[in-house]
Amino acid sequence: MSYTIEGATGPWELVIGLEVHAQIISKSKLFSGAATDFGAIENSQVSFIDAGFPGMLPVINRECVAQAVRTGLGLEAHINLVSRFDRKNYFYADLPQGYQISQYKHPIVGAGKIEIQLESGDVRTIGITRLHLEQDAGKSMHDQHASKSLVDLNRSGIALMEIVSEPDMRSPEEAGAYLRKLRTIVRYLGTCDGNMDEGSMRADVNVSVRKPGEAFRTRCEIKNVNSIRFVMQAVEAEARRQVGVWEAGGTVDQETRLFDPTRGETRSMRSKEDAHDYRYFPEPDLQPLVLDESWIEELKCSLPELPDQKYTRLMRDYGIPPYDAAILVMERSTADFYELVVRGRDGKLVSNWMLGDFFAGLNRTGRTIETSPVSANNFGYLLDLITDGTINGKIAKEILEIMIDTGEAPRAIVEARGLRQVTDTGAIDAAIAQVMEANADKVAEYRSGKEKLFGYFVGQVMKAMSGKGNPALVNEALKKKL
Amino acid sequence: MSLDPATVRRIAKLARIHLDDDDELPRLQKELNTILGYVEQLAEVNVEGVMPLSGGMEIAMRMREDVVNDGGYPEKILANAPDRIGDFFAVPKVVE
Repeated sequence: MSYTIEGATGPWELVIGLEVHAQIISKSKLFSGAATDFGAIENSQVSFIDAGFPGMLPVINRECVAQAVRTGLGLEAHINLVSRFDRKNYFYADLPQGYQISQYKHPIVGAGKIEIQLESGDVRTIGITRLHLEQDAGKSMHDQHASKSLVDLNRSGIALMEIVSEPDMRSPEEAGAYLRKLRTIVRYLGTCDGNMDEGSMRADVNVSVRKPGEAFRTRCEIKNVNSIRFVMQAVEAEARRQVGVWEAGGTVDQETRLFDPTRGETRSMRSKEDAHDYRYFPEPDLQPLVLDESWIEELKCSLPELPDQKYTRLMRDYGIPPYDAAILVMERSTADFYELVVRGRDGKLVSNWMLGDFFAGLNRTGRTIETSPVSANNFGYLLDLITDGTINGKIAKEILEIMIDTGEAPRAIVEARGLRQVTDTGAIDAAIAQVMEANADKVAEYRSGKEKLFGYFVGQVMKAMSGKGNPALVNEALKKKL
Repeated sequence: MSLDPATVRRIAKLARIHLDDDDELPRLQKELNTILGYVEQLAEVNVEGVMPLSGGMEIAMRMREDVVNDGGYPEKILANAPDRIGDFFAVPKVVE
């Protein structure tokens, strides 16, 4: 079932393409030796090059080039051995050079692809048009002073990858899945931290609508959307607006728009009227960027295992279902944790406990796998205590909660709190006798055929044993006695 | 190729240059068209089958290592700022 918007004149299809700006992880900037740390004191990480002082010449950072190539390889894209830089001219207070050094006609990375998995289980391939290198601009703040805008140039000159997709997405869900997958890939590669809150990844969203079977209609570009949820909302809001315009007999103008999350609508950015007149021309300060094939081969060999490969391998090696594998590979740290724990243990047991109670507990305490107080070793020991019958599943959940709160080792918790599972049949029989005596009426009911009461007895016996009874033994003994 | 007054005005606007329509606009239009005419002479050269050249030297770009060895001098960066607040540049408010 394809996604459509039902208009007065019938169904409308969505056509979506994304341009993602991803800040490259590097120590210094694309063309200068100034640092790139986030949140530094204003204008403390700015060189004369980044501030656009006259006479300064850019020299490219090899690591930034390597990061772009790695990302290209991760997107199964063509790497262009010769690429060029151009000046993209526009006027703004946080762009001291008056132009951005970018790549226009000859980007470093050409066509590639990303596979996305949808809720329905369907897999779709989204084409990547290109990836190019460019400089980031500085940062303006408009709300700090009544009549002034404040400019911090620390971000000016940091390397960005602009990753452009084909107009291959057809629903908000696909746009969200694409962005999520792209973020997973760059995080695996270590080329971008994917942190949308800090602006190290931002998306421009191109949206148009059409009747099924038609050619593309005019698109609008929604600038600088900074979360996956907002991208999905912006796509839907903009598509609905365009359907309204067409159906009212109007035409959609190609323009730049902004998404307002509080009102859930997009609005025109009139200030960007001239924004597309960038008067590109070749950057005269830089020669062509020529890459050595053997260097690319070297970078290829040093790539980590990528999410798609890991997904297939986890299912094959540990016998876990696709759903579990898909969640485990979303973050490299999650998959790493899983693989530390699963060594010598049952794959499904580990993924069940990890994705269930463990993740719920981390969420509850506002933590992630990186900040988890429970080490992979201790998590594994807990599962061992279940497997060897020392504790039952219910007690294990309680212990896990304690581990998440205190970081203590599971065995220590079991000993200190006396949570060891009771397998002593004498103790179980005693508890059963006590429960039967206190519930003589229910015993009679059960014996006269009301078998549903069995669960009640199990519950009472477990309660009498403070939850520590071995469930299998309790069941067995109860059946006999009743 | 020759630029009409509207195009000259547009180029000036994009570059944030104020033009006096009566005096400066015709003068700049004439100057720009003279430059374009001069450059257009290059079109007479036959470049059939010649690869585009990006510079006067047949060398590839040099790369530097990823080390932090610059920055850390906000006073110098801000020395020419027409206005500042703390260590920020201060500019007339940009209204979106």
